Amino acid sequence: MSGLLVNNLSVSHGAISALRNVTFSVEPGQLAAVIGSNGAGKTTLLRTLSGLKDASSGNAEWEGRAMLGKKPDELVRRGISHVSEGKSVIPELTVKENLVLGGIWRANRSDTNAAIAEVVELFPRLGERMGQSADTLSGGERQMLAIGRALVSRPKLLLLDEPSLGLAPLVIEQIFETIDKLRHKLGLTVVLVEQNAMSALEIADTGVIINLGEVVASGKASDLINDPALRAAYLGY
Amino acid sequence: MQKVFETILIGLSTGSIYALMSLALVLVWRSTRVVNFAQAGQAMFSTYIGFEISSRSEVFWLGLLFAIVAGALLGAGVDYFFMRVLFKHANSGPAAVVAPVIATLGLLGLIRSFVGLTWGGEFKSIETPASTNGFTIGDSTIPFSPLNVLIIVTTALILIALAILFQRTNLGLALRASAYAPEIAQLAGIRTARTRTIGWAIAGGVGGVAGMLVTANNFLSPYSLDLLLVFGFIAAVIGGLESMVGAVIGAFVLGIGLTFILNYVGTSLVFIGGFTVLILVLIIKPDGIMSRGKARRA
Repeated sequence: MSGLLVNNLSVSHGAISALRNVTFSVEPGQLAAVIGSNGAGKTTLLRTLSGLKDASSGNAEWEGRAMLGKKPDELVRRGISHVSEGKSVIPELTVKENLVLGGIWRANRSDTNAAIAEVVELFPRLGERMGQSADTLSGGERQMLAIGRALVSRPKLLLLDEPSLGLAPLVIEQIFETIDKLRHKLGLTVVLVEQNAMSALEIADTGVIINLGEVVASGKASDLINDPALRAAYLGY
Repeated sequence: MQKVFETILIGLSTGSIYALMSLALVLVWRSTRVVNFAQAGQAMFSTYIGFEISSRSEVFWLGLLFAIVAGALLGAGVDYFFMRVLFKHANSGPAAVVAPVIATLGLLGLIRSFVGLTWGGEFKSIETPASTNGFTIGDSTIPFSPLNVLIIVTTALILIALAILFQRTNLGLALRASAYAPEIAQLAGIRTARTRTIGWAIAGGVGGVAGMLVTANNFLSPYSLDLLLVFGFIAAVIGGLESMVGAVIGAFVLGIGLTFILNYVGTSLVFIGGFTVLILVLIIKPDGIMSRGKARRA
């Protein structure tokens, strides 16, 4: 096994420590839900793994190779794709351009076009809106587009930051269903950061619960769901 | 009636040159959030290179080509050796806002001194690529000359080339994405720092063209492009600083407007006219004529 390994990772924002000695691992093809309330350090974790933020200590590996200290563009080329918080699309660009962006690092344009065709098959709604500016999409469609853009790079490891943020309950359900469906179909390894604990753990294989920058529990998602103490303290139901 | 027509034609020619300078400023602003006052110096230096080549070869176009290359190299160099270092050291607090502007002003002085030492301060004139004698219609000669036609056509070709570059190529998409959302661009695998340097190079090349075209009808000195910088900046503000299309439209509005003032009111009011337009835009539509009255991002 050599999926994602995060070992004793600490990150700080200036003098403030955001993550302390975070350790967890995700096996290839599995989905790990990272759960925690606002400010727990979930977003910082993903930003560090995708190269946007520097770690202060610890290490992280993907497929046996170090991830920390690398730039995002390099990690993208190694199959790591990060969909950042808040429907990360570029509203000034068209739907098509947002998708092309996902494969822009490839020299071969036809490869990108093939990947876009696959994404459109997964999200037919995007196919109908290719020429429109991303500005005109609904919140759910934007999230689909953000995920679609990441998929165009044909990632092996997908880092998803709160895909349910700001969406209506019905749409959230669809998004989680979609994530579950496509990760099985594409054999993706996924780290899903969520406040929406229940929905995330339901589609996850494993879960990591973070509170104030530290891992307070981790294990099989089904065990976490059924642990009454965790439910009361962190899962909020 | 003929005078109105002439004024519009001359205005188009003047506006073309403003459009190039305005685009050079907008390109840098979008990618770096710096109003690049050094652009006047960069364009001026490029024009001196163009002047050297065109006066030795007696071919204006060869000079133009070298001015573009010199402008692009200098632009890339300014970003790579100067702005990158600056942003690394002044990246937070009030310094981060003020330092780049001051730095570009300093750079303008530096380039000016260098050019003054190398070529001297006296006026130079460039090989003209086309006649500056006005066309004759019937028995009257209008101030609109073949050179003006050439300026408009050259600008149009450059605008078309830029439109294709930005709308149809991966590089153009990378440039736009990096300007609108640097972080998303980075996560998509774009090397944003390198892309930004390319943006500066394009801006520098376009500035070089502006310098050559304005000098074809004028004299070249270490200060001769300062006014062009001012009008290019005003045009960019009219267009909202963000939009390349806005910058071009702003430039033509300004070029035609100022030519009307020149032809109907007098030379002395041109400068004041430019600033009046600037102030009016800032009061009435501070986001520029291209804004749709809502925030850029939801």
